[in-house]
Amino acid sequence: MLTKTILLSAALSISALSLTLVSNSSFALSAEEKKGLDISMEAKKRDLGWQDSTADMVMLLRNKQGQESIREIKMKSLEVLDDGDKSLTIFNKPRDVKGTAFLSFSHPVDADEQWLYLPALKRVKRISSRNKSGPFMGSEFAFEDLSSFEVEKYSYKYLGVEELNGLTNFKVEQYPVDENSGYTRRIVWLDTLEYRIHKIDFYDRKNSLLKTLTFSDYKQYLAKHWRADNQEMINHQNGKSTELKWTNYDFKTGLTDSDFNRNSLKRAR
Amino acid sequence: MSLSLKKPLNKSSSNKLTGSLIAIAVSASLLLSNLIFASEGASDVEFEASGNITVEQRYFFKEALDPQQLSHSQTSLSVEPELYWQWNGGDDSVIFTPFYRVDSQDSQRTHGDIRELAYVHASDDWELRVGIRKEFWGVTEFQHLVDVINQTDGVEDFDGEDKLGQQMINLSVVNDWGIVDVFLLPGFRERTYAGEEGRLRGPLVVDEDNVNYESSAGQQHLDLALRWAHSVGDYDLGAYWFHGTNREAYLSPSSQSTLQPTLQQYYSQMDQLGVDVQATLGDWLWKFEGIHRSTSLEDFWATQGGFEYSFIGVFESNIDLGLLMEHSWDSRGEVALGAQGSLMQNDLFVGARLAFNDMQSSEFLMGFGSDLDHNAFSFLIEANRRFGDNVIVSVDVRLLQSNDENDLLYTLSNDDHAQLSLAWYF
Repeated sequence: MLTKTILLSAALSISALSLTLVSNSSFALSAEEKKGLDISMEAKKRDLGWQDSTADMVMLLRNKQGQESIREIKMKSLEVLDDGDKSLTIFNKPRDVKGTAFLSFSHPVDADEQWLYLPALKRVKRISSRNKSGPFMGSEFAFEDLSSFEVEKYSYKYLGVEELNGLTNFKVEQYPVDENSGYTRRIVWLDTLEYRIHKIDFYDRKNSLLKTLTFSDYKQYLAKHWRADNQEMINHQNGKSTELKWTNYDFKTGLTDSDFNRNSLKRAR
Repeated sequence: MSLSLKKPLNKSSSNKLTGSLIAIAVSASLLLSNLIFASEGASDVEFEASGNITVEQRYFFKEALDPQQLSHSQTSLSVEPELYWQWNGGDDSVIFTPFYRVDSQDSQRTHGDIRELAYVHASDDWELRVGIRKEFWGVTEFQHLVDVINQTDGVEDFDGEDKLGQQMINLSVVNDWGIVDVFLLPGFRERTYAGEEGRLRGPLVVDEDNVNYESSAGQQHLDLALRWAHSVGDYDLGAYWFHGTNREAYLSPSSQSTLQPTLQQYYSQMDQLGVDVQATLGDWLWKFEGIHRSTSLEDFWATQGGFEYSFIGVFESNIDLGLLMEHSWDSRGEVALGAQGSLMQNDLFVGARLAFNDMQSSEFLMGFGSDLDHNAFSFLIEANRRFGDNVIVSVDVRLLQSNDENDLLYTLSNDDHAQLSLAWYF
């Protein structure tokens, strides 16, 4: 068993090594694929070093008839180098789910580890992280839309430049590696100046346009990290939309691993 | 001789324990008050109030077996506010959750409880929790075998998921190799049962006044528990040892009352070892719980194991479908009614859960339980949906049937019912 684990981790590090080699030498990648990958790696690189962050989020769900429903959520995140980030999501509204909290250890390739705390029963439940494509809290955001961006999660293709919001944007097509993704591809617009995402088009499993996410009101934190105060997801197929508003962004607050375990999940507020 | 010697010895040692416990509690509260005063300058105390008010209407399809029991309709109202204070950026907190229910028919069901009244101090790798709290252990859905800290508030509902608050001092330490929890549990809570007028009880009413204990300390026995829990990759593991008062009473017909026989509760001492394991493998959740309980009257093993499989987005919609199957086993096997044993000695449960993932968080759950040793089954449906922002409406239907007179379900077979509840959250 032990030798098996060692062998497996050896094999994994070899494959990781070969991936780096491939991406560096652009061996087997076309010029467009290489440029798409490079842009995404640069975008990730420019945001590295935020260490940890906290923020409040309000979700406004709208259906076709214009009826609205609100979700109030607090997020705590911890940057993990050489792996996916850790996050703690705490629900405040709707009132019936107040105190419910969600702990996630994301991994670029392996399955994420996720736990849900149900305050009425005081129960911590390990949940399956397979559900990437399902709606988050009945919104138009899928779980995978809210998870941290890791370069390894997609393969890429550069499509060219396009003007958007008065800025020149790279247009990059991303193909999810995970077979459980609800998308065949995403088209992402990033400005050439700061590598901020301005728009994403999502194509469903049948490759037809499903949703468009637009980012606005970007603010820069610690003279480095750009975050959009507003995100709006419009579902073209069912006419529903979800608006996401971020407030109280804070970075390097001193969160550590000990703020992301079962105990902190249970007492999260 | 040795027996008579033993008793006073036990008593004095338990007195000593109670004494040291009071000392701990006092120093803890001193620490608490110090922290409160110290914090007044340092950081603001944040306060939050929330909770729910619920109206519940039950309707029993058949007349009761016992003419004293309510005939068809039972209405009740419950209130559960939660008051929460935190300071030092959340490292210190106090929570207070009282609960009260008023029932139109069953005087035993009109009752109150302090679900929580506790102070929690969190440090980087340890947490101290002092006061009345609820603590849940376990992974399975149809029976909560390893969950042992809190007493069941049995009169609340049929499923045994409602718990009474438990006094405790709990130190929780986080290590690389898992979380270790130490519990000192002073003060035992007796289980609540349906009263004379209540449904969902056997032919004899449980006497809540004349309760017997094995320990001479009675309700004051200091119980102990030690638990380890850890996540290793896809596996979540837990193991514990509990020493103290059995949360399940041995019930025996009493001859004291001349007019009407009742069931008398006897709470033994027990040692219990428990394990719980969940493997989260893709769409599969594999679950297992097992206990070994040792009392002066018996030793036995019991297990609950099974799986849950999820289909994400069925029928090309946002609906998730979960299929569940669990099996219960108890080494005591089938027992005669009234004898101590388990209802779930060889029972199979299957269930289906539909989550609509819509704005209203609509959910639908169906469960079927069957005793494989004789002809008995239970069937339940639960459906709930949010209306507006703050109201949850739930509909429950429970059907119980048995052909075996020895089965508790047999005595409940006239208690098939539907329940509608409206909960307002604030």
